[in-house]
Amino acid sequence: MAKENNPRIPVSQQPFKVQKPEDTTTIGGTISIEINEKKVTVPFGATILEACKENQIHVPTLCHHPDLCVAGVCRICVVEVDGMRTLQTSCTFPITSPIKIHTSTPMVRKARRHIIDLLLSEHYGECYSCFRNENCELQTLAKEYGVDNYTFGHITTPKFQVDRSSASVVRDMNKCILCKRCVRTCIDLQEVGCLEAIDRGHETHVGTFLDKPLSDVICINCGQCINRCPTGALRANDPSDQIWNAIDDPTKHVVIQTAPSPRAAIGEEFGIEPGQSFTGELNTALKRIGFDKVFDTNYTADLTIMEEGTELLNRLKKALVDKDESVKLPQFTSCSPGWIKFIEHFYPEYLDYLSTAKSPQQMFGAITKTFYAKEAKINPEDIVTVALMPCSAKKFECNRPEMNSSGFKDVDYGLTTREMAKMIKEAGIYLPEMPKSHFDDPFGDASGAGLIFGATGGVMEAALRTVYELVTGREVPFKNLNITPCRGFEGIKQASVKLENCVEAYKFLEGVEVKFIVAHGTANATKVMEMLRKGELNDVHFVEIMACPGGCLGGGGQPIPTSEEIRTKRAQAIYAEDESLELRKSHENPHVKLLYEKFLTEGPCSKLSHQLLHTHYTKRGKFIL
Amino acid sequence: METKLDKIKKRTGPVLFSKYTRGDAIKKVISIPREDVLFELKTSGLKGRGGAGFPTSTKWMLVAASTADKKFIVCNADEGEPGTFKDRVLLMEYPELVFDGMVVAGYTIGAKTGIVYLRGEYEYFLGQLEDYLMKMRDDNLLGKNILGKEGFDFDISIRLGSGAYVCGEETALIESLEGHRGEPRNRPPYPVNTGYLGFPTVVNNVETLSSVPHIMVKGGEWFKQHGTDKSTGSKLFSISGDCEKPGVYELPWGTSLYVLLQLVGAKNTKAVQVGGASGVCIPKNKFDRFLAYEDIATGGSVIIFNESRDMLHVLENFMEFFVEESCGQCTPCRIGNTKLLEGVRKIKSGDYTFGYINTLKDLGKTMQVASKCGLGQSSPNAFISILENFKDEIFFHNGNGSK
Repeated sequence: MAKENNPRIPVSQQPFKVQKPEDTTTIGGTISIEINEKKVTVPFGATILEACKENQIHVPTLCHHPDLCVAGVCRICVVEVDGMRTLQTSCTFPITSPIKIHTSTPMVRKARRHIIDLLLSEHYGECYSCFRNENCELQTLAKEYGVDNYTFGHITTPKFQVDRSSASVVRDMNKCILCKRCVRTCIDLQEVGCLEAIDRGHETHVGTFLDKPLSDVICINCGQCINRCPTGALRANDPSDQIWNAIDDPTKHVVIQTAPSPRAAIGEEFGIEPGQSFTGELNTALKRIGFDKVFDTNYTADLTIMEEGTELLNRLKKALVDKDESVKLPQFTSCSPGWIKFIEHFYPEYLDYLSTAKSPQQMFGAITKTFYAKEAKINPEDIVTVALMPCSAKKFECNRPEMNSSGFKDVDYGLTTREMAKMIKEAGIYLPEMPKSHFDDPFGDASGAGLIFGATGGVMEAALRTVYELVTGREVPFKNLNITPCRGFEGIKQASVKLENCVEAYKFLEGVEVKFIVAHGTANATKVMEMLRKGELNDVHFVEIMACPGGCLGGGGQPIPTSEEIRTKRAQAIYAEDESLELRKSHENPHVKLLYEKFLTEGPCSKLSHQLLHTHYTKRGKFIL
Repeated sequence: METKLDKIKKRTGPVLFSKYTRGDAIKKVISIPREDVLFELKTSGLKGRGGAGFPTSTKWMLVAASTADKKFIVCNADEGEPGTFKDRVLLMEYPELVFDGMVVAGYTIGAKTGIVYLRGEYEYFLGQLEDYLMKMRDDNLLGKNILGKEGFDFDISIRLGSGAYVCGEETALIESLEGHRGEPRNRPPYPVNTGYLGFPTVVNNVETLSSVPHIMVKGGEWFKQHGTDKSTGSKLFSISGDCEKPGVYELPWGTSLYVLLQLVGAKNTKAVQVGGASGVCIPKNKFDRFLAYEDIATGGSVIIFNESRDMLHVLENFMEFFVEESCGQCTPCRIGNTKLLEGVRKIKSGDYTFGYINTLKDLGKTMQVASKCGLGQSSPNAFISILENFKDEIFFHNGNGSK
């Protein structure tokens, strides 16, 4: 994940480049070392930490994270290396000579205990009142190393005010241990850079530009920092109490929509190995909690494809047939609220390239408070819409002032996977043992195309399945409809599909090679935007960007911890569920067809759909005063 | 023409303050191959004068051997150690030594750029240094094809620090040069491999570079005649505190503290802090120890305390310094120093147990081995040495003359 030669990262924090032999099986590709008196062979240039892991020796870590570049600041992973005067941090030390390592000597154990004790002395708060209780890396280490009596004292008054200004992320720096994972996530992984260490010595703390509240800086609300915080210093803004109040209020009709990514990950909160979806079980659990209706966000994902796909075809027509030069191509997706805030801050001059279609979450809110309210004969004033999302930025999105086209706040609350799991546990339900049930009508079950929105490349794949078929009248030429070039965790993927033998209405696209780009993580988004700036995307038609690494399944509201391995398993769960469905194309979703027949009678991108399902964006810029 | 600068010069000394004419070393080295320069340097046995004592020839050799496109020579003039001011003297009065040393280094390692990282507080003589560099350019001691040597291009720029003590640490200095927060890097990789902007970089102290021209002109063997076996040459000491004649002295390595104290007119001396805040505190009964890499290695700061000084107060002062000057990056240094300072204050108020003080000494030992850079590794030195050597005075209030 960590990117090389990024000028914004200090060289010290860039991965150490050791020239690794291509073929590690040949002599010279490996090196013989000794770990704890045992001779082992490890790849040349591997860190001590990697070497130990490979040989089943556990070395504790705090500031190290598999997604991030090295820091070597917490010093918990120190080991003894023969011939070195001081202890060495195993996460940073590259093995380039036949060294002898000792991972558990009296000096090492004492140093680790001291470090844990020092961290605890400055770590304000008690474990039992912390949302990360039992899932806290500092707590785990303190227990493992028997650090249980605050040798160096314990801070009893908070030093910092908790920053609750952001709609998405709450920062409690009193719990921060300065591992700087959040800083590296923000600068290196996401290339946003709104968090950095401020002041020095004992006054050092992680803060924003001029220590302004998070709502006043260029934070994109992606919440990736939350996923990588080892303690409870960062968390999402939790609306579950308001949701309980709504559920408990008999005059309120509370509906919830669930996105595919939380369903593929929520099991992890209940101790299940990553890679299993709990869609049916979750439906039952939500009904038992007291939600009046449980809907599938995939339904509006299908709707998004109809709107966004039509918008793309309209833009292509304007560009190719009408020769309208004001048309902006490529069209960028607009489903990821983190990406939207990113482009608003960093590339405000390119907002016209974004699709005007709202995200599936917001479309659902608008449809619920208009079409559904009418169908179910409920006053929209009494409807409370909740969205279960893998995302912290969705909390900001639903609070955007323009998101009220139904006449009401389209979506009242955005809830993360973690918060949902907490509510389910609070209701006394063990999710994995729930019987399965279906989503509620009138939206019913949705297509697999909507489902794969959860993984990076999913929107592109879903859009292609529909657009190709609309234009040519045939299915996309990929086995089992699996458009494999869209899949996988490569940072930026490029591919194309040629349109041939088009139907009459789309003859103007005959022979056009539709080129598309898929990127995930805003660091990759930056690269794509720079390509656009340089004019390298002139022949590209469609670009999908997701703010979070891996797409929504790696979102800032997903269970902690996260790593590429875990994200891969979640993706597998999503693709497996897609393949198991009968209905796999958005335009074939009967409930979507019904909506266009009964409500949006003028079809996609019509006046009413523009009013309800499309939006506009704000030029924010990087400088906030 | 005699300049104002020449009039100030009254200093004499065996090596650094001996006679040297601007440009001599450069003239000498461009006529010999690089290998010979390195050999001469190796013969001299010159070690880093910043305090760590790494052999200079080895450092240069590692960079000279590299095939990288760019290489850098950085002069560490961040002189931040409390009680040291010898680099200021060198830069103000002997700029020819520093800059000629850099040019020689540039020639030897194959660098085209030299950077002086000048302590922020020394801004007042920045103009004077810039003028000096202009003069060197005029005389073709800097610039393209120096002194007619085809292909030997080298120039020096000066950058100002912003007052962080930690930026004297070579990797933090490089971070600062790159425009980042002054925080030490992980090593390995060392700057000789991945330094400024990721290129091989030699970082040398002002005094180290100032020794080079003398070695080049007068020879490594001549240099070796001064000092001891393992500490060749001489050393500048910045003497301050309770003495009659404070100032910068050039003494050969191996001088004992006793001799030094006599020389500067120190009376009733109770203790000497050698090496600044990060150094060690030597009590009266150990004044026969000598200053050399073999015994007390130092960057040159000597602070003298007479009998009227309260050592606990001295220690508190040092610990306050580290609490503020730690970069705040690694745990042992950031929080450890705070705990040591708290411990000193507990002793001061009488609210302590010996058990806890021993725990803190233990913590100090952890800091010495587990901190990321030299700052954290040496910050507990004063705590440990002062509490060991002055325990009578500090804990039982029966030290000689205190209060």
